[in-house]
Amino acid sequence: MAGYLFRRLVQSALILLGVSFITFVLLYVLPADPVRQIAGRSATAQTVENIRQQLGLDQPMLVQYWRYLSGLVQGDMGRSYLQKTEVSTLIAARLPASLLLMAGGIGCELMIGLTLGIVAAVFRGRPLDQGLMVTSFVAVSAPQFVVGLLLLYVFAVQLGWFPIGGYGTASHLVLPAVTLGIMGSGWYSRMMRSSMVEVLRQDYIRTARAKGLTRARVLIHHALPNAILPIIAMIGIDIGIFMGGIVVVESVFGWPGIGQLAWQAIQRVDIPIIMGVTMVSASAIVLGNLLADFVTPMIDPRIKLR
Amino acid sequence: MTQIATAPSGAEAALLSVRDLTVSVKDRGVVRPLVAGLSFDLAAGETLAIAGESGSGKSITSLALMGLLPNNVSVTSGQALLEGTDLPSLPEARMRAWRGARVAMIFQEPMTSLNPVHTIGSQMTEVIRAHEPVSASAARTAAIEALRKVRIPEPERRMKQYPHELSGGMRQRVMIAMALVLRPVLLIADEPTTALDVTVQREVLELLRDLQKETGTAIILITHDMGVVAETADRVVVMRHGRMVESAPVEQLFAAPTQDYTRALLAAVPRLGTGAERAKPLPPAAPVPVARLVDAQVHFDIGASFLGRPTHRVHAVEGVSFDIRPGETFGLVGESGCGKSTIAKSLAGLVPHQGHVEVDGQALAGLTAQGRRDICRHIQMVFQDPMAALDPRMTVGEAVAEPLLIHGIGTPKERHTRAAELFERVGLTLEQMTRYPHEFSGGQRQRICVARALALKPKLIICDESVSALDVSVQAQVLELLEELQRETGVSYLFISHDMAVVENVVDRLAVMYLGQIVEMGTRDQVFGNPRHNYTKRLLDAVPIPDPLRRARAHARPVSDIPSPIHRIGNAPNRLPLQDIGDGHLVANDW
Repeated sequence: MAGYLFRRLVQSALILLGVSFITFVLLYVLPADPVRQIAGRSATAQTVENIRQQLGLDQPMLVQYWRYLSGLVQGDMGRSYLQKTEVSTLIAARLPASLLLMAGGIGCELMIGLTLGIVAAVFRGRPLDQGLMVTSFVAVSAPQFVVGLLLLYVFAVQLGWFPIGGYGTASHLVLPAVTLGIMGSGWYSRMMRSSMVEVLRQDYIRTARAKGLTRARVLIHHALPNAILPIIAMIGIDIGIFMGGIVVVESVFGWPGIGQLAWQAIQRVDIPIIMGVTMVSASAIVLGNLLADFVTPMIDPRIKLR
Repeated sequence: MTQIATAPSGAEAALLSVRDLTVSVKDRGVVRPLVAGLSFDLAAGETLAIAGESGSGKSITSLALMGLLPNNVSVTSGQALLEGTDLPSLPEARMRAWRGARVAMIFQEPMTSLNPVHTIGSQMTEVIRAHEPVSASAARTAAIEALRKVRIPEPERRMKQYPHELSGGMRQRVMIAMALVLRPVLLIADEPTTALDVTVQREVLELLRDLQKETGTAIILITHDMGVVAETADRVVVMRHGRMVESAPVEQLFAAPTQDYTRALLAAVPRLGTGAERAKPLPPAAPVPVARLVDAQVHFDIGASFLGRPTHRVHAVEGVSFDIRPGETFGLVGESGCGKSTIAKSLAGLVPHQGHVEVDGQALAGLTAQGRRDICRHIQMVFQDPMAALDPRMTVGEAVAEPLLIHGIGTPKERHTRAAELFERVGLTLEQMTRYPHEFSGGQRQRICVARALALKPKLIICDESVSALDVSVQAQVLELLEELQRETGVSYLFISHDMAVVENVVDRLAVMYLGQIVEMGTRDQVFGNPRHNYTKRLLDAVPIPDPLRRARAHARPVSDIPSPIHRIGNAPNRLPLQDIGDGHLVANDW
């Protein structure tokens, strides 16, 4: 167990190293010049050169990368070019909002997705199942900015049930979380349905019924823990998809999280922020997968970590 | 056909009285009966066997009695009265209250019939608390007591274990304990020992018999195995295509079956002790054996230390040596996990081995890819499950011609001609060549697999439990086909099976394996006529005899699991040296 954790941590560190290198190279070869952005249109060639030297951007790429990396391992993510603030401070200020949104989104997609999936599996082949599966297909296909705007129009503008945008109370969270969760709920309902259908066919479900247990007990106590196993591994992977969704949803709802921060930084070629947000997101994904792998054996005693 | 099987004590005393029961499936608007007009009686404390081949409707009958039929299947007419109450017409809520308490069931597959994510204890106490208002600790005490009754050692510890930590036999005991803990009046056992090894089967059948004596539970035993019927049943109902063929007390059925089908069924049952009647001269040893193993070993490393290095080693095959002569059938017998299939795989080059393995005089180790492919021509395999062994998207004609294609033999036309020849040879018709595997019955599919194995004119065909999944009547036909082919082509067989009666009827020589090693080896007559090793004797004793007059006396045996072939690395198991006790009859000298 300890050995497994140790190996997985080493692996995770290597993954993050790879991510940092690839992102750095991509940003380096980008045709947009961050120095131009900082200096402004009217700056002289001399000023531009001065800024370039000052930021160390005249150095060879590998030297720049080495400098960034050695800062990173000491917890220094550099300073934003334009906001003149530590990247870590910027991210730290916005991370709680994003984590809250993400928790809301995941909670929402699991609640909707798993429930619908179980219901569909129980009623498999009947009209309710077919209806739910069509709905889930629509949910999967709908782009998040459309869903977001639609929800805003109906529930905020027309009905006035929720605020139009911003951050602070629980009711601010509802619409962004639902927008973020709706696509995933479509996926999860389909996966949960097929997993559940498979489990309901197993011999041990027949045994449970032959014992005279109630339908609800067979479903919740015997089928659910088995059916949810493949889903857990998916949640770990899903965090990556969520990071993409967060950028869109935070813009639509004016949610002050790292998605917005990243979006602004990309527009202005603020490389340290882009790097910082990428590294934080990558860590979240790696951590999510690690967690998923550690939760699975708690449910399934056959799985041993080694 | 409408005769009613009455209990000896008369219909009034019947615990269960099934009258004209018809169960039908509704498929795309068409209603088709699966069981039609079935009638029988069962008295308290009695054991009724429902015997029949696949598709006879015996399992559907049991599910109908339990109220567990699939959604599109239902009881369309008739009654099944348990102490006067008609089970099929009970509302689900009342049926549920009876299930597990008054009527209980055990199933064929102990490996998959227990929920893998819950402990044995949780699954045991659950059934008690679902039916009786008792405290958790009272349920626990009752569960431990039930486990003790099915002779599970250390029941307290088992309560905390998960199903995967128990062997198949132990799991089936847990299933039995779970079914009997509330003392049901009726127990339905659907092929309860079919998936178990023969020595474990014997223990489980004896256990059921003893428990029945103690509790007076009536048992419906559903089985395809006439040996099991003869050993356990009081009366028998023989079913075929959803209808009752014959019903009689067990001695009468075996002594004087009245129906042709019953006679055919009984005649097809392989019996121990009949092998010698089929006298065939032993093929002589040739200078170059078809296959030779000298001190062959197959190990798999498992486990991981802190740095990911393996800590344990499965000694699947440990120092096995034997020759297969041209034209002979060499049997490998033993219980699950003894390494017999692993030997087959190492011969076919499918698992890495150590020691010396040669085929047709050529060592398998150190061959190039081309050399390996050439050797493959001489060895073909026929597996247990023919459906899984055929590509569902390939016509069976293509499947039979494929080995020729892989080895680049002949033109497409010649390949087709050869495949057609093979088809006729195994008893199929030419127009069937363009069909797909799902259009055939199990026996036909196995014939197709045999045809495919023959395509390259191999010197050795490995039959790994090739007839184990077939009904006895079909099994007899396929065995006959294999024998004919051997006479015609001189092919050798490595015949792997857990069924001692089948093995006795087909092999020339055999080796008995236990935990990866050979414990006894010799000609059929030597091993079956004069078994010397304790394990061989135990295997032979455990085979159910299809004769109710020769029922083995019940005696409680200590429950034992076969030890594990997994050892810590660097701590290899002891080799059992084989001793020649005369005429090449080899016996491990730990007996």
